[in-house]
Amino acid sequence: MENTKKNWPLWEIFVRSKNGLEHRHFGSLHAADAEMALENARDVYTRRNEGVSIWVVESKHITASNPADNGELFEPAQDKVYRHPTFYDLPDEVKHM
Amino acid sequence: MSEKDVKNLEEIFETRIARDEKIEPKDWMPEKYRQTHIRQISQHAHSEVVGMLPEGNWITRAPSLRRKAALLAKVQDEAGHGLYLYSACETLGVSRDELYEQLHSGKAKYSSIFNYPTITWADMGAIGWLVDGAAIINQVPLCNTSFGPYARAMVRVCKEESFHQRQGFEIMLTLCRGTEEQKAMAQDALNRWWWPSLMMLGPTDAESIHTEQSMKWKLKRKSNDELRQQFIDQTVPQADLLGLTIPDPDLKFNEETGHYDFGEIDWDEFWQVVKGHGPCNKERMNARVNAWKNGEWVRDAAMAYAEKNEKRKVAKAS
Repeated sequence: MENTKKNWPLWEIFVRSKNGLEHRHFGSLHAADAEMALENARDVYTRRNEGVSIWVVESKHITASNPADNGELFEPAQDKVYRHPTFYDLPDEVKHM
Repeated sequence: MSEKDVKNLEEIFETRIARDEKIEPKDWMPEKYRQTHIRQISQHAHSEVVGMLPEGNWITRAPSLRRKAALLAKVQDEAGHGLYLYSACETLGVSRDELYEQLHSGKAKYSSIFNYPTITWADMGAIGWLVDGAAIINQVPLCNTSFGPYARAMVRVCKEESFHQRQGFEIMLTLCRGTEEQKAMAQDALNRWWWPSLMMLGPTDAESIHTEQSMKWKLKRKSNDELRQQFIDQTVPQADLLGLTIPDPDLKFNEETGHYDFGEIDWDEFWQVVKGHGPCNKERMNARVNAWKNGEWVRDAAMAYAEKNEKRKVAKAS
């Protein structure tokens, strides 16, 4: 009987803990709309001054990479040591570079 | 996928956990891992939500504004903990509605301690001190459990839990330093909550069916009996400080082991309560089901309002 009924969708909650820091994923919750998601996020995730700003995004709008693709996505970076400063040999006389 | 492939994946999976790697929702996992986690995390969430009821009973009758504000904040935290845990559980592919359905139909369990009544104000003290105390002992090791969303939820829960225990102990302390009657009330609450609190840490190791697998998956780091001993060892000196007597004539410090020996736990009582025959099982479930049913029109109205607004927005844009 519940199948025809629309349940409150799921929202992902991001909180900036203080200015100067990025918003970080805190968790998720259900709400009827964005405004309610913000209000609920305030009660669920910031009861003890955990934040100064909240973002809410409906979960269905997030596209995530698949862990099965991790090899082709992330492994190529592993053998590119020349992207790191320590790859380059410099004489000791060059003190700060 | 062939049987051999699955076996291979399972091996990789177990090595990852043994290496202390976290498992995230989209990672491959054995079906049993998924089911065990859904069961444990939802049971935990249900316990937080049902756990609001015994204490909600005293919010309007708290003896001072200070006590009332604290109790209200504690109960609100429990709602929050339930929500963190439900959403961690949903990452395993089960919906919130299914989880509620399992609770309301009696299919899912919650901590049996919440099926005991809260008949005096001192019960608010005893619950915070003992029940939250036992919960902390249970929960701290879970901050390192293998499933990422559960571990992250537990870090938040544990951070908030210590205020709960301290506010409970403070209530006990105030009563114990008060009049004779107040102290007697505190003793009576301890008498009623002591044994159920010990049971809360779960059946003895010999009886516990899930322990071995759960240890491997880091859903458990210590056995029920070890946790219980830890709880007793830490709580007895606190009772002494309050000047209260723990209702166990066999309780005695064992110089050899460095732990307290304690009397036999009445496991028949535990299983009776688990099976639904505790003093308040029916009352608790009715309160939950009614809250859910009576709120249905509000949930529907909010959804209808959101849909109407959405349509208006689309109409304006076109």
